[in-house]
Amino acid sequence: MESLIQQASSYAGSIDGVILLVGWIVGFWFIAVEGIFFWLIWRGRAKPGVKSQYITGKEKHLKRWITWPHALVLVCDVFIVIGAAKVWYDIKLQLPEADSTVRVIGQQWAWVFQHPGMDNELDTADDIFTTDTLHVQNNRTYHYRLESRDVLHDFSVPVFRLKQDAIPGRSITGWFRPTVAGTFDVQCAEICGIGHGVMGGRIVIEEASEHAAWIAQNSTSAQ
Amino acid sequence: MSYPPIATQRRSTGIPTGRLAVWWVLASEVVIFGGLLASYLMFRIGHPEWADAAVHTNTWIGAFNTFVLLTSSFTAVLGHQAAERGEGKLAARYLIYTILGAATFVGVKSYEWWYEISHGYTITTNNFWSFYYTAAGLHAAHVIAGAVIMGYIARDAAKNVNLHRVELIGIYWHFVDVVWIFLFPLLYIAK
Amino acid sequence: MADASVTTVEGAVEHHAHEHHGPQGILKYIWSTDHKIIAMQYLFTGLFMGLVGGLMAYVFRMQLAFPGISVPGFGVVSPHEYNALVTNHGSIMIFWVAMPVLIAAFGNFLIPLMVGADDMVFPKINRLSYQVFFVSAVLILASLFVEGGGFGGAWTAYPPLSAQGDYNLSSLGATLWLIAVALEFIAFLLGGINFITTMMNSRAPGMKAYDIPLVCWMIVIASILFMLSVGPLIAGAIMLLFDQTIGTGFFDPARGGDPILWQHLFWFFGHPEVYVVLLPALGITIDIVATFSRKKVFGYKIMLYTVVATGVLSFFVWAHHQFIAGIDPRMANVFMVTTLLISVPIAELCFVVIATLYGGSITLNTPMLWALAFMAEFLLGGVTGIFLGATGADIYLHDTYFVLAHFHYTFFPIAIIGTFAALTYWFPKMFGRMMNDTLGKIHFWGTIIPFNFIFIPLFVLGLGGQHRRIYDFQNFPELAAMQPFRVFATMSLIVMLLFQLVFFYNFIQSLRKGPKAERNPWKANTLEWTTESPPPHGNWPPDQLPRVYRGPYEYAHPDREEDYWPQNLPA
Ligand code: HEA
Ligand code: HEA
Ligand code: CUA
Ligand SMILES: [Cu+2]
Repeated sequence: MESLIQQASSYAGSIDGVILLVGWIVGFWFIAVEGIFFWLIWRGRAKPGVKSQYITGKEKHLKRWITWPHALVLVCDVFIVIGAAKVWYDIKLQLPEADSTVRVIGQQWAWVFQHPGMDNELDTADDIFTTDTLHVQNNRTYHYRLESRDVLHDFSVPVFRLKQDAIPGRSITGWFRPTVAGTFDVQCAEICGIGHGVMGGRIVIEEASEHAAWIAQNSTSAQ
Repeated sequence: MSYPPIATQRRSTGIPTGRLAVWWVLASEVVIFGGLLASYLMFRIGHPEWADAAVHTNTWIGAFNTFVLLTSSFTAVLGHQAAERGEGKLAARYLIYTILGAATFVGVKSYEWWYEISHGYTITTNNFWSFYYTAAGLHAAHVIAGAVIMGYIARDAAKNVNLHRVELIGIYWHFVDVVWIFLFPLLYIAK
Repeated sequence: MADASVTTVEGAVEHHAHEHHGPQGILKYIWSTDHKIIAMQYLFTGLFMGLVGGLMAYVFRMQLAFPGISVPGFGVVSPHEYNALVTNHGSIMIFWVAMPVLIAAFGNFLIPLMVGADDMVFPKINRLSYQVFFVSAVLILASLFVEGGGFGGAWTAYPPLSAQGDYNLSSLGATLWLIAVALEFIAFLLGGINFITTMMNSRAPGMKAYDIPLVCWMIVIASILFMLSVGPLIAGAIMLLFDQTIGTGFFDPARGGDPILWQHLFWFFGHPEVYVVLLPALGITIDIVATFSRKKVFGYKIMLYTVVATGVLSFFVWAHHQFIAGIDPRMANVFMVTTLLISVPIAELCFVVIATLYGGSITLNTPMLWALAFMAEFLLGGVTGIFLGATGADIYLHDTYFVLAHFHYTFFPIAIIGTFAALTYWFPKMFGRMMNDTLGKIHFWGTIIPFNFIFIPLFVLGLGGQHRRIYDFQNFPELAAMQPFRVFATMSLIVMLLFQLVFFYNFIQSLRKGPKAERNPWKANTLEWTTESPPPHGNWPPDQLPRVYRGPYEYAHPDREEDYWPQNLPA
């Protein structure tokens, strides 16, 4: 996974972990089942004069070849459920204390980001509004409040493994914690009309000093 | 192809094919109305204020129409019994009574809607009224369609043709009735 | 029969002019109530729509590989055209290709023949079903050319985008799309009544429930599944139509409506729907596998009960499409459990098919290759569904090309591979001639290999974070780099499309010049093989309708010299 796309949030690793867990389990099954499948085809090639066997599927010694695997599938499912539910719980069901809160607003076809200004409080006079670029500080826990002005959008930051639909009329709160400084893609992951394909943004993750400088520079009522 | 296929006369399950088909039609109708009413209920639970809108529906008119539909269902049953005995003429007469019931229902409904619309409660007023008109409208469309089909069946029945269809339309008619029995409390009584 | 093929598409336009002359000449094919002719009408309409859907894929894949170029045969693809093409590609492939071909065409053709009846029980309803379907097909195609262009809000049509012209900028296209889909549903409700009642009530004397070939069961169970799941969406479609046209606010949050409601109504249908198309394809596969491995199906009843279990479970998984769409996150884990549970019956079904091969005497001709390929490819589609069902993983994978590759690995085997399997297998019965096996195999490999080359790269792109329905990835710096994968996928598609010419050539040549087919060229057991190829009107002479003595899969029975034992042979 990492070779395809960088991990840049505190939970990216655990999501990739689930993908790998599932990958190993179903990968094993896939290869085993395909292997048996092709082996049976190979073995069963029609040979002149050899009649096929009459098997009804009620023979106990044969039937267990499908009842056992099928119980094993259930066992594998349990492992997958446990692994995935744990990660889901950490990311979507609990909300760690925030160091800062940003508001993310989707609209046709741009992202509007509302950063708290110097006071680190949202919805105050010194808030910083930007379009299509979100500035955050590395290694800080953020809450986002996700809203939409018109249709459904979806705030997706692939390097964070973060994705959440924005729904008009609601404000959805979630969290992330960047772990790598740099500039990364923000995509809109829910079709939202003609401009869906260009509704990209960038997220800029800065180290503390850099970020403070950016805030200071842009706060409208910087003291 | 004027002769009916042999397939139509077979009866592997022992149940007449027409009746089977009607049951399957109703099964698919149940989920259509079920989906609509489930959506309505979800909203209604989430929006207690819809009760204020529901106040403006006329329970008495609704109750009267319930009575009309129930009566027409009763005449449909009588029609079925007549058809069973092979009395096509009588069956046709009962079907006509049922159609008259349907006509009364639709007439009363038109008055009711005219009254509500002229008082400013239209389908776009708010979501309660949207559901009110959509659900009742879909039901009324079923009433009208049923009445039209019943007309054809009555015409045949009077000539003692296709008497088994009297039963089939009766089953359908009970269904239309039952849908109303759900709609009436949900749209009129719950205030 | 060949005539019917060419004329069905223009068919219904013509009939109005001649309404009262009674069916003769070409009209015989258009205005017929014969289940075989209606099957042909569905088949050729479906094939035609498949071609349209495939060519749409060609246009938008070209745009993805070479953004901004003028696509040969189409021109420059605007963002709106891109969305409209993708939306209608998806809708057409599912509703106007997979369903009409697998359920309606083969259901119509096979059910009466396989249960030993002379026709469907309600031939006129059957004809009506096709006519409604035909209108819906015309409407969906017309919707692409109206003012504002076709609907571009994805086949899932999530409001508010789909509900308001202000947002989707193609209000007429959106409305036509919705009406077309609703009509298509009605056509299949009408068709389903026939499938279900014919199989229940018009079986040949002696045919018990467990003597019915599995493919019939599958089509009928699929019809029931469809019937029981589509209702809420029909209600939803009415609501959406009112939102679009008269300005109600069912799904409009600004007026107290709820856009998520539509998603529930859609997916409550949408997930069972994937099994609606899966089951017929699976039925086709198991029948072909049994015939060409000369084996009894490994556990007929296991298969049947498992399918019913799948059908029931499929009503409880829908929200796995909405994990991150704003539903209560606690519900997500509940739906994950049901979703993963469904892997158990489906695995069982796959195991039954595979176990049927055990001890067989396998002939690898074209139909068998297609049937085996269905199994081999579907497995990958199935197991990748597990990644998506795992909530933790779906946070990342949702709406990426991983999802896309997942469902093409299920849909393509179903709609295309399954169709080709059935078409090559029943071709002799349908048209009375044999197809060329060598050309068939060339076409097979020319389709299967490029298929994997198209969609394997899309898995990689999806894992790399590429999202769906985006017309130009050059806008995203992280994704731009993966362009070679896109080009490779598109090139493979072109190769695959070219190989379809082999199929068309083979099809038409075989229709005209293929060697005459005997009644039972594959030495199969089921009843359709006991009549002439193609079957006459009424299928069997009226006094010679078959009687059934045993199940459909008695191959290599130890009591018999021959390695097959037709269902209608007295003991
Ligand atoms: C016919 C088509 C079809 C079929 C059969 C399936 C089958 C399955 N699908 Fe798929 N799916 C789609 C068509 C299909 N799907 C479509 C069209 C979409 C996208 C819609 C859109 O957004 O546009 C989609 C999307 C989709 C999602 C939502 C993704 C997202 O948008 O975020 C999910 C999530 O759970 C999912 C899961 C599954 C599962 C668990 C199965 C299961 O049924 C698969 C079960 C099969 C197996 C598991 C293989 C056999 C078993 C074994 C070999 C044993 C070993 C297995 C284990 C140990 C588990 N699918
Ligand atoms: C049954 C379903 C089905 C089938 C078969 C296909 C087939 C193909 N699909 Fe499709 N696709 C969907 C269902 C299907 N698709 C859906 C539901 C969507 C989502 C839409 C949305 O987002 O709203 C989608 C979206 C989709 C996208 C995503 C676009 C985007 O998100 O931006 C892409 C991109 O590559 C794609 C590619 C292809 C390709 C290359 C094929 C090729 O395999 C096509 C090859 C075509 C042929 C080989 C046709 C040949 C036909 C004949 C020779 C006639 C014979 C006919 C029969 C056998 C029936 N599809
Ligand atoms: Cu906003 Cu897509
Ligand atoms: Cu699903």
